[in-house]
Amino acid sequence: MEYFSQPWPWYIAGPLIALVMFLLIYMGRQFGMSSNLRTICTMCGAGKTAGFFDFDWKSQRWNLVVVVGAVIGGFIGAFLLTNDPAVDINPETISTLNELGFSSAGDAYLPAELFSIDALTEIKSLTILIIGGILIGFGARYAGGCTSGHAISGLSNLQLPSLIAVIGFFIGGLFMIHVLFPIIF
Amino acid sequence: MRTAGYLFIGIFFGIVMYKSEAASWFRIYEMFQFDSFHMYGIIGSALLLGITGVWLIKKKKLRSFSGEPISFQPKEKGFSRYMYGGILFGLGWALAGSCPGPIYTLIGAGYVSILVVLIGALLGTFLYGKLKNRLPH
Repeated sequence: MEYFSQPWPWYIAGPLIALVMFLLIYMGRQFGMSSNLRTICTMCGAGKTAGFFDFDWKSQRWNLVVVVGAVIGGFIGAFLLTNDPAVDINPETISTLNELGFSSAGDAYLPAELFSIDALTEIKSLTILIIGGILIGFGARYAGGCTSGHAISGLSNLQLPSLIAVIGFFIGGLFMIHVLFPIIF
Repeated sequence: MRTAGYLFIGIFFGIVMYKSEAASWFRIYEMFQFDSFHMYGIIGSALLLGITGVWLIKKKKLRSFSGEPISFQPKEKGFSRYMYGGILFGLGWALAGSCPGPIYTLIGAGYVSILVVLIGALLGTFLYGKLKNRLPH
């Protein structure tokens, strides 16, 4: 049990993610998390305003069940399988983050500066979270997939479009961290 | 019965996302700083097994649990949508420190603020649906 409550190393987590993909393939499905966002838009009635959302969302019900599972899994992981949620990142990363103003680096799972309840009352952190979300949702649908759909599923099937998308993910991510972060924070 | 299967797979996925810290904003930042092998190890080992497994399924013409042939849908050819969409997604991934899978996981882990990211992601998806025909694909 002691081992379970520690963070899981990459060589355990990576193969388990592959297992998730193969279980879904064996269920006759594809592993992809961002398409659920479109499904939820359709369930909320977006089909009336744009053809993109006009599809039978019930065909995607299985994937919504996976989402519900992922929420429950997050609860189990955080509250039943973890004693100390602090993420042990590289000390150099911690000092870089400290300089940017993230004093919670090394002591928490998510930065308190963005994700604490107090931060929700500040315009700046709220704006960052909402813009981050918009970019994730818009970008994932534009690219036709996210980390699971392209970086795992698509690349496993040696799809060139997925490679282009993953290169894009990294161009965007590196630009954000190295160029925009020093301006934003 | 099948629903229980999907629920189980989702729970399993959520636990892995949380326990591997792939759902941690700090791990994503550290990855883009090239300060740790952790995230690359996760994605890399999943991919290595993924490529091998998909190849085997195709080669041996394996069938699904229900006995159907397993087919893989090729992604539509193109460049612009994957590059531009990818870059926008990457900007958001680094800023909010999470991608769609971890967003759901973090809701369960009790982070209320992640709901703001989820609402943003739904807005972004809606916006794409509205603008789709005017974007280069």
